[in-house]
Amino acid sequence: MKILVPLKRVPDPELKTKIKDGAIDLTGANWVVNPFDEYAVETALRLLENGESGTREGGEVVVVTIGPEDAAQQLRSALAMGADRAIRVDAEDKNLDSRAVVQVLTKIIEQEKPDLILMGKQAVDGDANQVAQMLAGKLNLPQATFAASIELAADKKTVLVGREVDAGVEYKRIPLPGVVSVDLRIVSPKAVKNNVTPASHAYPEGPRYASLKGIMAAKKKPMDQKKAADFGLASPAIKEVKVELPPPRPPGQIVADIPTLVKKLVEEAKAL
Amino acid sequence: MGNVLAFSEFQGSGLKSSALANLSFAREAAKAHGGDVVIALVGKGAAEAAPAAAKYASKVVVVDDAALEHYLAETFAPIVARLAGEHGASVVSATATSVGKDLLPRVAALLDAAQASDISSLVAGTQFRRPILAGNAYSIVELATPVIAVTVRQSEFPPAPELGSAGQVVTAAAGAVDALGASFDHLESQKSDRPDLSDAKVVVSGGRGMKAGENFKVLEQLADLLGAAMGASRAATDAGMVPADWQVGQTGKIVAPNLYFAVAISGAIQHLAGMKGSKTIVAINKDPEAPIFQVADYGVVTTWEKAIPELVEEIKKVKASR
Repeated sequence: MKILVPLKRVPDPELKTKIKDGAIDLTGANWVVNPFDEYAVETALRLLENGESGTREGGEVVVVTIGPEDAAQQLRSALAMGADRAIRVDAEDKNLDSRAVVQVLTKIIEQEKPDLILMGKQAVDGDANQVAQMLAGKLNLPQATFAASIELAADKKTVLVGREVDAGVEYKRIPLPGVVSVDLRIVSPKAVKNNVTPASHAYPEGPRYASLKGIMAAKKKPMDQKKAADFGLASPAIKEVKVELPPPRPPGQIVADIPTLVKKLVEEAKAL
Repeated sequence: MGNVLAFSEFQGSGLKSSALANLSFAREAAKAHGGDVVIALVGKGAAEAAPAAAKYASKVVVVDDAALEHYLAETFAPIVARLAGEHGASVVSATATSVGKDLLPRVAALLDAAQASDISSLVAGTQFRRPILAGNAYSIVELATPVIAVTVRQSEFPPAPELGSAGQVVTAAAGAVDALGASFDHLESQKSDRPDLSDAKVVVSGGRGMKAGENFKVLEQLADLLGAAMGASRAATDAGMVPADWQVGQTGKIVAPNLYFAVAISGAIQHLAGMKGSKTIVAINKDPEAPIFQVADYGVVTTWEKAIPELVEEIKKVKASR
């Protein structure tokens, strides 16, 4: 079984946002793998291994990114976690929007023919939440977005996906090949089932850390470089006019006790 | 020039309240594009909601078919994309609910449209303002495709009022419905008498400091008193204290009630992204250094064990005096 995980690098979401000349200031940015995409890599690995013994039961995880040379580092991180092979399509970030990314990924998927395309539900910089659905639409494949759990059938022909929806968790079954986008809870201890890892097995919370051995091995794993021009990259149809910080909230006040709080909520805020 | 096709979710014989936010946007956009709003009602039972929908737009197009019993992006997207063409839409929009977020990009792909997701306002015809970086910044984007797709953040648009006269209702065939092998299996949901978290006027949220799920009962007393929805931080849902669909934050629900209580919540960026649009924010936390106090309008440094029962009593007094 081949799983393709497209991933994006994002500026470290833990660091404060700076704006310069109407755009996000990325000078000296610390780039990391988009956390949701990292969860997708973790999910792919869990789907292909016996979690109890830690051994891979065949299959292949291919990670793909579209970005400048530096973005190879994030692919190496995924290889160090246990992905097998990487593809980087060289492109400048400013020339990319969801449609351009989908256009490139569509062609890569046609070449690679993965059984499953797994990715984060959104990148935490743009927060657009579009690529998985657009990709599925372009390729006319079934989709299961916002996955909080996934179970691979014993015959590896379908997945049952627990989707985080407004009303709770919706279980949707899709045949493979298909596109799945993952939400936060996909990396909880028992969210991924593959009929190989014993049902009693509980993973640690969150994506795995790369081991030293994994980091060494990653250096020798294949990384294919492609040019965006080879994919006939469309010019972006989304132009960022300007980025601005949200208006600051007026400073709040610490009140001494609960009766004072209620008094202020009634008289000042008129909220009660 | 073009119309705005507003994909609208319905329930029984009415529109869902979430749909009204998108209709507010759709009216603004239709004005900017020199067209009209066309409401798309798609799904089994859609015809039943058509009279209610007709109060909000001059035209409602209904696709009601037994094969559309459960929402599936695979079956709904081709229908919505086709309706966009048939009804001269230059904008296709939906509220950014879990259905809207799942559906619209797929529709956009079928129309080769660029999409602006989760917008907070219409700046000009094809320019939109939208939160990025977990709400730490706003981006103004301009879309350049002939047809564009937009999802609308519910908390940023008021519910559209009814129009003076009822619009025209037309029906369209579903055509060949192909789910591509996908199927709805079942829905796991916690039934609650409380208002929907997404459109509640008051929200009471608890965090890691609540320590255990049973302690949320104390918060529920406060919520009951105020007719509030219950929420939680990711730390509390991850710890299994409360159901995952209570989560407020970047990866949970985005809320903007009149009054938001953050109880024993430290205030991670993740959580703030989901609630800092609230009108009045109250933080109760025993740690005076907790970041939640930086966004709160009113803060009380104390434990929830002490604060909540007292708060319930004080609010009861206020209510009794009215």
